[in-house]
Amino acid sequence: MNKEDIGDVVVIGGGISGIQAALDLATTGYKVYLVEKAPTIGGKMAQLDKTFPTNDCSMCIESPKFIECDRHPNIEILTYTEVDGVEGEAGDFTVTLKKKPRYIIEDKCTGCTVCSEYCPVPIPDPFNQNLASNKAIHIYFSQAVPLVPYIDENCLFLKDKKCSICVGVCKNHAIDLHQKAEKRVIKVGAIVLAPGYEVFDPGLRGDYGYGKYANVVTSLDFERLLCATGPFEGEIRRPSDNQHPHKIAWIHCVGSRQHIPGGNSYCSSVCCTYIQKQVILAKDHDADTRATIFHNDIRSYGKDFERFYERAENLPGVEFIRSYVTVGKEIPETKNITIKYATPDEGVKEEEFDLVVLGIGMNPPVDATSLATTFGIELDSRGFCKTNPVNPIETTRRGIFISGAFYAPIDIPESVMAASGANALTGELLRSRRGTLSKARVYPEERDVSEEEVKVGVFACHCGANIGRVVDIPSLVDYSRTLDGVAHAEEGLFICSTDAAQQIANTIREKGLNRVVVAACTPRTHEPLFRDTLREGGINQYFFDMANIREHCSWVHSKQKEEATKKAKDIVRMSVARSVNLEPLQEFNLPVNKTGLVVGGGVAGMTSALSLANQGFEVHLLEKESALGGMALRIPTTLEGVNVPEYLRELIRKVYQHPLIYVSHDATITDVSGYVGNFVTTVKSEGRIKKIKHGAAILATGAGEYKPTEYLYGTTDKVVTSVELGEQIAWKEKRLTEAKNLVMIQCVGCRQEDRNYCSRVCCSHSVKNALKIKEINPKLDIYILFRDMRTYGFSEDYYREAAGKDVKFIRYEPDDKPRVEALTEGGKEVLRVSVPDPILGKRLAIDADLVALAAAVIPSAGSHEVARLFKVPLNPDGFFQEAHVKLRPVDFAAEGVFLCGTAHYPKHISETISQAYGAAGRAATLLSQDTVTASGSVCEVKETDCISCGACISVCSYGAIEFHETPKGKKASVNSILCKGDGLCNAVCPTAAISLKHYTDEELLCQIDAATDG
Amino acid sequence: MDYNFQPKMIGIICNWCCYGGADLCGVSRFQYPPHIRLIRVMCSARVDLLHIVRAFTNGIDGVFVGGCHLCDCHYVTNGNFNAFSMVQVGRKIMERIGLYPERLRLEWVSAGEGIRFANFMNEYSAEITKLGPLGKAEGMDDTTLAFKLEAVQKLIPYIKLVLTQRLHVPVRTEEAYQAFFTSDEFDRLFEELIADKMAISLITSLLREKSLSTGEIAETLGLSPSEVTRHIIGSSRQGLIRYDVNTKSYALS
Repeated sequence: MNKEDIGDVVVIGGGISGIQAALDLATTGYKVYLVEKAPTIGGKMAQLDKTFPTNDCSMCIESPKFIECDRHPNIEILTYTEVDGVEGEAGDFTVTLKKKPRYIIEDKCTGCTVCSEYCPVPIPDPFNQNLASNKAIHIYFSQAVPLVPYIDENCLFLKDKKCSICVGVCKNHAIDLHQKAEKRVIKVGAIVLAPGYEVFDPGLRGDYGYGKYANVVTSLDFERLLCATGPFEGEIRRPSDNQHPHKIAWIHCVGSRQHIPGGNSYCSSVCCTYIQKQVILAKDHDADTRATIFHNDIRSYGKDFERFYERAENLPGVEFIRSYVTVGKEIPETKNITIKYATPDEGVKEEEFDLVVLGIGMNPPVDATSLATTFGIELDSRGFCKTNPVNPIETTRRGIFISGAFYAPIDIPESVMAASGANALTGELLRSRRGTLSKARVYPEERDVSEEEVKVGVFACHCGANIGRVVDIPSLVDYSRTLDGVAHAEEGLFICSTDAAQQIANTIREKGLNRVVVAACTPRTHEPLFRDTLREGGINQYFFDMANIREHCSWVHSKQKEEATKKAKDIVRMSVARSVNLEPLQEFNLPVNKTGLVVGGGVAGMTSALSLANQGFEVHLLEKESALGGMALRIPTTLEGVNVPEYLRELIRKVYQHPLIYVSHDATITDVSGYVGNFVTTVKSEGRIKKIKHGAAILATGAGEYKPTEYLYGTTDKVVTSVELGEQIAWKEKRLTEAKNLVMIQCVGCRQEDRNYCSRVCCSHSVKNALKIKEINPKLDIYILFRDMRTYGFSEDYYREAAGKDVKFIRYEPDDKPRVEALTEGGKEVLRVSVPDPILGKRLAIDADLVALAAAVIPSAGSHEVARLFKVPLNPDGFFQEAHVKLRPVDFAAEGVFLCGTAHYPKHISETISQAYGAAGRAATLLSQDTVTASGSVCEVKETDCISCGACISVCSYGAIEFHETPKGKKASVNSILCKGDGLCNAVCPTAAISLKHYTDEELLCQIDAATDG
Repeated sequence: MDYNFQPKMIGIICNWCCYGGADLCGVSRFQYPPHIRLIRVMCSARVDLLHIVRAFTNGIDGVFVGGCHLCDCHYVTNGNFNAFSMVQVGRKIMERIGLYPERLRLEWVSAGEGIRFANFMNEYSAEITKLGPLGKAEGMDDTTLAFKLEAVQKLIPYIKLVLTQRLHVPVRTEEAYQAFFTSDEFDRLFEELIADKMAISLITSLLREKSLSTGEIAETLGLSPSEVTRHIIGSSRQGLIRYDVNTKSYALS
């Protein structure tokens, strides 16, 4: 077997989850094959316009990952490739791949697209949901990786051997119309399945006139309509006449929460929020748009979703109507669509809309059954991958893991967490092989530019239409050319795409550029990518500056095009002025302490600790209580029926028995010092103080239950919380078995002004409690008073089951909440709950034997202190703020510190476990390294100017500055390893003897000067 | 008031919090007026009085320093407390040389507070617009403004020493800092350590141009004649200034 056919892991599916899995695995030191059946990696996320709840441009955040994959020395990307067979067992799989003919010789193609220009055959563009046309030979989308076209089956040559124009126009002779499918056999130790999902197809049943009426589109179609790279360059036009629709309706739950043939019983989890996103974006495109949303429960259960929902709801001209609907008719003249819906006051109404968007749900992948056969894994009753109930990343076959939406309808962050989790589980399996096949990245030699005149290259990005729609980019480019030092300026649609980045590297070499300014988005996300581009171009990476003309300009001045363009010119001028003064800096390597620290001994912390230990890393696990277990100790069972105490006992046993895990009880952290790879944490535990040295930290400090002050809680033992009720059910308390009426009240202490989030787990908890209590007291009347039942995903089935068992669900409005009163009637004490019944139209009074409050999940008391010690942020609700909501869900912005569990946001046990593996997987990408690279932006001292005042030494809490003896007396000197580059010493130095490299006075002052000299 | 006045403003903001907040503000599409130009530093502590003085010298109407909330600094140095002190002194100096101290602002914005950034930008832009152009709004001509700022700039090394050695607040809490910088003690120290030095620096700068009488100096600098006399006596003793009997005015020695 060839050396190149032997690897460690094959990842099947190149969507965001597969990409993340491949990157984490490759960085940890495994050789990875990333197999994708489409002509490019990217998956569904690439088709989305923006992502909720931050409305980040989807392509902008995903495409840097394409480039990372493409450039990673341990990843081989195999697109247009499918799996034919899998043999062997965990640790030793033989996978047979079939590479479909794309009729292009990939090595020869430059991605110039001349072939597409000359191709005479128009075809509907699959990337644009067939709403636009493309050519039979085309590149899938402009940021595609690899940036190589493929030929569609409609090609005249492939059909009738009639045309071969493309072959003739291709100067590189890269087209081979006689290409055949190729077979390739590879050996790997583990398999990660990330085939993603399929969208529900409303065309099969013709739901709501889809397929029959032109102006009924799916939500995925609408994503393309919104997108700058979509069929109308980001203008929303409707299919029938390409006119701008002004009145748009969205219909929720299309294909989801349905018990009729062809529908899915489960909830697809993402649709509520993506519809709100589409509403916000549609209003952003045209403020006069009138949006009507026909919905069932609004399931804003994720982090910051509740605020996002409010934002959409509060926009002018937006109306949320809670009603099932039917499509009336298509108006023949206008092609408008009418929708019939029920209103509480006026009965059934029929209303006309210019465009109807169907909120379609998620199905298992189309080829799920054949995947299951090929890989020898089992599916569940819904056709999704069957997983271990306490480990959603494990399939039924050892050595095959899953990542992403193949196990349930989930959102991007959860897919990304599971991807990192797959790295952790693979790492446990292939521990001994780590690093044996991996290679390091090699850059071209760095050019010495010290003798060259300054040559700045300015690259201005349209970012699709994100910048270009507001800022006049051509005029910005013209202006840039007039600036001192600028030798080259050009524009690009997406500067961050693989080919554009490669092009910049080429331009640096060809034009001899020695400074680069990219005018695009924020350096906080894209600076690493472009610094890498400079290294590829053979110049020092610190010769780069980023002019943020998107977040700080086009997005915040979107109505003031002229002023925004002027501001963009100022920003670029400042950036160019800075770049001229930039110095080349050298980075250096620091050793990594390969020990992990996990804070919090609940399910999340224990799972991460155990996984790290199973991957061969030493782990210190800190628990503030005297026993491990955390909040899960109070949860007898999950909705799916997992025996939690049993699971917990087993987990705790494994933790205690693992030779690489050191547990500290009654632990309090008193101090944290150091930095990525080299932390020192001081812990007080059981009367002793110890200093733990570690390279990475995982914070899993958990959450608690809010102690209600409402609904008489605390004044009578008849009012309990959901968690308390759960415990009492497990104990089969007599008063439960004898009770006649039980009322549960949802959303106690959250979804309100002071705690404006949804606690995510409470609806399922109440359903679980209802079902469990019915088992011990079937005659009990149960009322669940709710605002929206948020039993997302597969929990929906249990909600339906509860309703089927006669649990009464009564919806209330936040401005008319239920009332609980303790009364004495006829000498008896009565606990009376009253609530307006929207169906009966009157106030319903229930005399309850017991009232259970679904109390909010709140961050644990210690999380604030832990956040302070580790210098990591909390969100306004007190939960940990991850580095990026979508794509870095278990990382903090501070390097080397990770998070998981309910300290991040309320979540179910299985979700916690998945995220805990994710954190372990991310931590492993760091702990597996021998060294980390430290920044070149550190302080230095000009000894001749140092007056030995010691001001710098006294302010540097890192202890990075010390006096040393010189012939001219004591002078300050900086230890670059300890210096963190904050620059406080620079600001306090009276003689400017100490300066922070990359942020010197000279560099900052020229920026300040340039702000006004335009 | 000039209704067409478009203020020129810069913000020097830290990478970890305020810059992140400004990014989130953009991501959330919160709108604010296009007057501000932002400069990224790693920590608000890196912002030097020199940068601020240079910006005002260049005719910037408003300078904003943005950092993490106190005690949330990304660095263990908690350098934003130093930024806090520096800005307090900076504002006091501005007041002393006859500029509206409101032009210099310090604001804490976390990376999760896009809306806070937008609200601040809107409020601050409105405030600076209302104040009017630097110098003009204060009734100060360009030459006076320039020489005053120059005099301040010369004192910066000295002010830095005062900041670290005499205006040091031992406890790093918001309450302690607020209490100190609003105390009489701070006012006294400022007068004693900075204001006097600044007055002398201004007087010597003024006299470099031409000889002036006590009354003329007092009028130009907005000081009382008795204060001017006090500084002149001190400076004469040190031999910096001499009295010219012929012109009945003071000149540099």
